[in-house]
Amino acid sequence: MNNSLHPLYNGLAIPFADIPQADASQFLQTILDAIDRGRRIVSYFGIPGQDAVTLVCVLADKSEGRLGVTRTAADSGHFPSLANLCPQVQLFEREIAEQCGLTFDDHPWFKPVRFHRPFTPGRDAWNRPADEPILPGVMDYFQVEGAEVHEVAVGPVHAGIIEPGHFRFQCHGEEVFHLEISHGYQHRGIEAELFGGPHPRTLHHMETLAGDTTIGHGQAYCMVTEALAGLKVTPRGEVLRGIALELERLANHTGDLGAIAGDVGYLPTSSFCGRIRGDFLNMTAVLCGSRFGRGFLTPGGTVFDLTKDQRDDLLKRLAEARRDLTGAIDLLWSTPSVMGRLEGTGTVSLEMALTLGMVGPAARASGIKRDVRHGYPFGIFRMTHLPVATAFHGDVCSRTMIRWQEAQKSMDFIEEQLRQLPAGEHRVPTSPLAAGQLVVAMTEGWRGEICHVAITDDLGRFARYKVVDPSFHNWPGLAMALRGQQISDFPLCNKSFNLSYCGFDL
Amino acid sequence: MIRALIARIRQGHRTMPYPAAPLQVPERFRGYPVVSSREEPDGGKDETSPCPYGAYTAGGGACLDMGKCLFCAECPAGNIEFTTDYQLAVSRRDHLLVGPGTEQHHAQPLPPDLLRMFGRSLKFREVSAGGCNACEADTNVLSTIGWDLGRFGIQFVASPRHADGLWVTGPVTENMRQALLTTYEAIPAPKIVVACGACAINGGPYLDSPRVLNGVDSLIPVDLYIPGCPPHPATILDGLLRILDKLK
Repeated sequence: MNNSLHPLYNGLAIPFADIPQADASQFLQTILDAIDRGRRIVSYFGIPGQDAVTLVCVLADKSEGRLGVTRTAADSGHFPSLANLCPQVQLFEREIAEQCGLTFDDHPWFKPVRFHRPFTPGRDAWNRPADEPILPGVMDYFQVEGAEVHEVAVGPVHAGIIEPGHFRFQCHGEEVFHLEISHGYQHRGIEAELFGGPHPRTLHHMETLAGDTTIGHGQAYCMVTEALAGLKVTPRGEVLRGIALELERLANHTGDLGAIAGDVGYLPTSSFCGRIRGDFLNMTAVLCGSRFGRGFLTPGGTVFDLTKDQRDDLLKRLAEARRDLTGAIDLLWSTPSVMGRLEGTGTVSLEMALTLGMVGPAARASGIKRDVRHGYPFGIFRMTHLPVATAFHGDVCSRTMIRWQEAQKSMDFIEEQLRQLPAGEHRVPTSPLAAGQLVVAMTEGWRGEICHVAITDDLGRFARYKVVDPSFHNWPGLAMALRGQQISDFPLCNKSFNLSYCGFDL
Repeated sequence: MIRALIARIRQGHRTMPYPAAPLQVPERFRGYPVVSSREEPDGGKDETSPCPYGAYTAGGGACLDMGKCLFCAECPAGNIEFTTDYQLAVSRRDHLLVGPGTEQHHAQPLPPDLLRMFGRSLKFREVSAGGCNACEADTNVLSTIGWDLGRFGIQFVASPRHADGLWVTGPVTENMRQALLTTYEAIPAPKIVVACGACAINGGPYLDSPRVLNGVDSLIPVDLYIPGCPPHPATILDGLLRILDKLK
């Protein structure tokens, strides 16, 4: 790796002082070189300081299964933008600008991400007056001009029971030339609350970063605190966490498969899956009483153990759910009217997916073999390897197929783990967090790569806690998938990504 | 077609018999709390709550506010026991306060004129105002075949113009305040408002965050409070059936 890129591994802490401080040009060159060599940005954020903003960038190197981190200080209030050279950085730069008040020069699309005040009052990248409200969704949208072009605006409140976001389509008749997505409606200010943490509320905030990914985000947070406290989770604890993570994946993939079927008007699979999804949620509730895994994870292991009766109950439920789900999904592939709607719709090419730095099932559907469980294994996935499913076409059909393939692997995994549960404790006591450290914790949530980065101050409190939800990488992918599509295919394309609004908005 | 029919036969009829038969809730489900009175070690002078949300107050007789409670697996208060009773929804905010020996409250039927209008057909427009998608997901699940909300005449609709009520999830973020108010105004009167989940009732995990408004009733009056983080679908359905006087 490049000299200014300091190596580190998923879930292991290093002293923050060990990361060499690069100057601005070295920092930027390091990022560009790394991207050129096929590396990828997993997190890029600022730490607001007295007179300078410390910029930290974490890059992933899959071939070696390790990460690299570099940092610099931006003290002039301005910093050069890389977005023109490297599109996957564009949202990160806008986020840093919004949070830390740093202006990125020559950013092609320099506008707010979540519409809130910066961490440090008065340091605003757009010089917005403090006495005027910041209105969500109010910004300059990219517009196509011409007599035959029209614009369609949707949201923030949508037709179904879903989260709010604003979508602007530039259309020529039915055809979408361009889609721009504006977020921030779900912004609850989680990262601002995390300064000086962990607080008594922190675990709840982690569990509700994206409430359908309670285990995925919860585990990343637990990994952060365990690395900082030097805890070693027991095999039983790791297995129970792995089971919960895969149950979460199953519930959501099943729901998505049903919703995709619903959006092409194929009701049998839609209604079967809507119910079967509940079966998986109820299995999570067997573990901890909550269908969403609330209260299951804790730093040091799990709050609940699994009794033998509960294990047998889960195995029985799993066998039934597998039978029902297989029957429901097989219908899709043998129904020409369904395949006709899925194939060739909302395509994201491999090149585009790589350029945008996409993650999760959406990236794998475009042919990228990218999965944290495989590339940077954590927890039980260091011992048990799940095969990574990929597809080629990058269309809605591929994203549907990937979900079904992953669901089958998850069911195999859970069954195997339940049959060979390690004995012993499921939890170890916690201890105080180490001071002056940096830790990167990545997990593979059902939407893809979840990355939490924590930096502790000299008292072991969070000087900065950065969360990257997979949706942050993938929303631009949805926008690109819509290019050249019929606008009426938007709901289907959207469902095939099923990205998080609150996970993006934090 | 024949495959679909065979699959349909294999899947079977899966709508649950509730409310005719009782519901199964998970063994570890945390429902209606039992609050035991406790002698405070310092004579009850310590008014600081062990709960990070202030849901539990020790002074002046122990009291748990189910509107703020997240039903944590490890309650820091120490003298709360959660039963598996899922019937938590109430019509008045103060009915969410539970002390030692408090009578358990349930949601009350709507006033007769509203009941006449909505009793057989009640349509909601849902607005997620900062929700984490858990309350949304477990509201959505009621419309699946397992619960089949439609059999009670209740439906979630796309347009506020078609709705009789507003269904709110989330703590109401600053960025959703206007959209929520606009949706409320777009619903024709008379209308009812449901606060679904700890966030919508009192801010939930985001209580007092500068980016949120601590729940819906800071903006508009609420007719049904459904506690939980998120509420179990059974808790939601119980509340709905009670306001429609379909549960005795």
